[in-house]
Amino acid sequence: MDTKHLDRVVIRFAGDSGDGMQLTGTEFAKAAAEAGNDISTFPDFPAEIRAPAGSLFGVSGFQLHFSSSEIHTPGDAPDVLVAMNPAALKTNLKDLVDTGTLIINTGAFIEANLKKAGYAANPLEDGSLDKYKVHAVDINHLTMAALDGSELSNKDKGRAKNFFALGLVFWMYGREPESEIRRIHQQFTKKPAFGEANVKVFKAGYHYGETAEVFQTVYKVPAATFQPGMYRNITGNEAIALGLIIGAELAGKKLFYSGYPITPASSILHSLAKYKNFGALTFQAEDEIAAMGAAIGAAYGGSIAVTASSGPGIALKGEAIGLAIMTELPVVVLNIQRGGPSTGLPTKTEQSDLSQALYGRNGEAPMPVLAARSPGDTFYCAIEAVKIATRYMVPVMLLSDGYIANGSEPWQLPNLATLPRFDVIHRTDPSNYFVYARDQRTLARAWVTPGTPGLEHRIGGIEKDALTGNISYAPDNHEKQTRVRAEKIQRIAQEIGELDLAGGESGDVLVIGWGGTYGALRQAQQQLAAQGKQVSHAHLRWISPLEPGLAKIIKNYKRVIVAELNMGQLRQVIRATFLVDAVGLNKIQGLPFKVREVVEAIENQLVPQPTESTAVAPKPLAIA
Amino acid sequence: MSEAIKIKLSKKDLESDQDVRWCPGCGDYAILATVQRTLAQIGVKRENTVFISGIGCSSRFPYYMNTYGFHTIHGRAPAIASGLKVTRPDLDVWVITGDGDGLSIGGNHMIHALRRNMDLKIILFNNQIYGLTKGQYSPTSAPGTRAPSTPTGSIDHPLNPISLALGAGATFIARAVDTDAKLMGTILQEAYTHKGAVFIEMLQNCPVFNDGVWDGVKGDPVGKQITLVDGKPLVFAGGTKGIKLGPGLVPQIVDVGNGPGQTPPSEILVHTERGSGLYAHLLAQLAQPEFPIPMGVLYRNDKPTYGELAIQQIDDAIARQGKGDLDKLMYSGMVWEVGADGTRH
Repeated sequence: MDTKHLDRVVIRFAGDSGDGMQLTGTEFAKAAAEAGNDISTFPDFPAEIRAPAGSLFGVSGFQLHFSSSEIHTPGDAPDVLVAMNPAALKTNLKDLVDTGTLIINTGAFIEANLKKAGYAANPLEDGSLDKYKVHAVDINHLTMAALDGSELSNKDKGRAKNFFALGLVFWMYGREPESEIRRIHQQFTKKPAFGEANVKVFKAGYHYGETAEVFQTVYKVPAATFQPGMYRNITGNEAIALGLIIGAELAGKKLFYSGYPITPASSILHSLAKYKNFGALTFQAEDEIAAMGAAIGAAYGGSIAVTASSGPGIALKGEAIGLAIMTELPVVVLNIQRGGPSTGLPTKTEQSDLSQALYGRNGEAPMPVLAARSPGDTFYCAIEAVKIATRYMVPVMLLSDGYIANGSEPWQLPNLATLPRFDVIHRTDPSNYFVYARDQRTLARAWVTPGTPGLEHRIGGIEKDALTGNISYAPDNHEKQTRVRAEKIQRIAQEIGELDLAGGESGDVLVIGWGGTYGALRQAQQQLAAQGKQVSHAHLRWISPLEPGLAKIIKNYKRVIVAELNMGQLRQVIRATFLVDAVGLNKIQGLPFKVREVVEAIENQLVPQPTESTAVAPKPLAIA
Repeated sequence: MSEAIKIKLSKKDLESDQDVRWCPGCGDYAILATVQRTLAQIGVKRENTVFISGIGCSSRFPYYMNTYGFHTIHGRAPAIASGLKVTRPDLDVWVITGDGDGLSIGGNHMIHALRRNMDLKIILFNNQIYGLTKGQYSPTSAPGTRAPSTPTGSIDHPLNPISLALGAGATFIARAVDTDAKLMGTILQEAYTHKGAVFIEMLQNCPVFNDGVWDGVKGDPVGKQITLVDGKPLVFAGGTKGIKLGPGLVPQIVDVGNGPGQTPPSEILVHTERGSGLYAHLLAQLAQPEFPIPMGVLYRNDKPTYGELAIQQIDDAIARQGKGDLDKLMYSGMVWEVGADGTRH
């Protein structure tokens, strides 16, 4: 038996949405993290809970990138594809690298399934897979055989087949099976018969790899080196929930979270609902509007109020967000973006709600908008959103996306004691109180909560006098208040740190990105910079107000590319703000950028451009 | 509350410094005055009292109360009030709404606030018309209502606010008319002591767009309304007429007495505030012109409130798991250490 060392591997598990591919991928990711690899994951599943078996649209996939060096993305193309049925092979094979490894569950390659996947002939027999290293394994049969004598029904036995696949890849990559066996038992403590069966099948898969002669090589991906510290594996939605708990703690306040179920935001509510002993109060509202309304009510009462949704729900919350802007109450609104418009692509990722975040309300209703760039970063963004909301008395929109929400990475745990506190102080002094008297630095009004004697006052959505807070329709007052509300958002710039810039402060190309595209953009920049190209990458955390650091450098480059998973929403902001002739790198496929796509787009811009006098209006760079 | 009772308040203490801007003759003035007077009599703490409203004529109400007040957006007051009340159980939260605000655009929030038994005191001003938008018919307008949006008469069937509140699960349901300050005051006092979702239908006159819509109730109370008294029979017209149940639980108006053709008082329905839901639904169906309209407390029931249960769950979790340890929370799941050499230990 050979052992071969690899720097990194991209593996994708694909099967029916009922085949347990998400679990298989998650477990294998844990094993990689446990072995000390850097990892990045990308779950990609259909919106249907249990799509018809064997159908192309029911294929669920989970991609894992594990490495002995630092990585930022789940990988462009899988080196290994585990295909549990013909539909999974059909929809995923095009992504596999040319000399890639295929592990195929031949037991599912029966005529009915081949037909459903649109195969005229069995690809295992027609030579179409010749360029790949194919391992044909009848996982169905081997699973049943492993459970021979078990009292489980045949249907339940069949369900364990994902653990065969998991066992097999554990062996292929030399992973330690013991801790996985422990995890399976733990997960099935309430159904020990299933736990036992899954362990049996997992072991059968592992031993199959060991004994079947087809697998000649064990691959080792050595541990990566990390900053010293404590780590855990975390998804974006888990980290954002932790950030909210910690954010409320740093503010010295109670957390109130209201939400209405929506993909891909719901799991935040699920997490927080478990944290009751931290005093977190969660409220599943009757609809999106009520979730925002309840958050406003809680903020009015002095809680750290948070609501989350995805684009369609944010649209419904729009009017109420305007009320929070008008009454100047601190609410954190999370938008875990998905593909749009309308219902769009509920389980896919996109960055197409930026304009909605910036402008999606009636009237002049600016609000702060920030975006998280990775699963672990959502933790810090959540804390920052709480801080800004309470310090400036504004609703804050925090953008994440389906890719960050469901993807996971090793995350260095912060030392909580070192996180700066921002304790909220409610005004209780009744002397000389006016509702809209403002702090000189932040322009925030005082947060006075009901229950405070002598400070009884009325607020509301109607325009109010800039000092007293009484209803006012006076023309000059409205203009003043409108300008103050806008200026307040701009003042937040004084809280924003250094621009995250990789590469020189001038050069040939500046790539500007925001949110979940960070990994692909940064890796592309590093790749080109290593070749000596004058390419820089600025990644924005704050979009409203725009990061102040950007203004200082944006005119120092020959070309500016704004890369985003939409039709150019940030690009419009950049062009309008800086009068810079920025071009777009835009992808609207419900999928994240591949590093290769970004590299190619930058290389196109490095080609000498026509001089200004002959330049035509640049076209957005479409990706084939 | 015992402390609150000691505070001597007058109606004036509950009046804000804002000019009241309703139309002359609007029924809202009387309701405002009665609420101010009653809260003063109760001796509430002004700082612990919050009025939350939606949009519409009635929803300007909070501006005129010298308490905390929040004039929100159309239909959403119950949602905003719910968020406030569950996080601040120490506050008395009143919701002021109307038939358009509370039953049309905000119908969803209304039923869910009632269903959850949120500890809110909801007063719905029912004038059967949209006033602030200049007179369109509302979800409680009588069929055939001619309005700018229905010049040939509305064709919708109206909904019955009391039936809706009962069906949704309100635990205190009452009705009064704007001109009857005495009954309104009594209901408000009772509502104040109730723990749970209060729903008061306040029949209110809009002199501009729907003048006289409740004249049948207030013009000639004798024979047009039944004033409900807990434990007393459903009689009206000076006790000469009463309600009994016929076959199929069909309510019937009968002459009360022991003479020929009369029904003995023992057969008359006896009002029971804590009666069955069935009885309460029956009361809700008594409507003009066929029947006199029941006024007063129609129904009450004691159930744990949403807020109590929510806080109970938090207390239980703390008792069971101990107060949350943030470091432990952060370090839960698969945690590992990377040593000074940069590799996993």
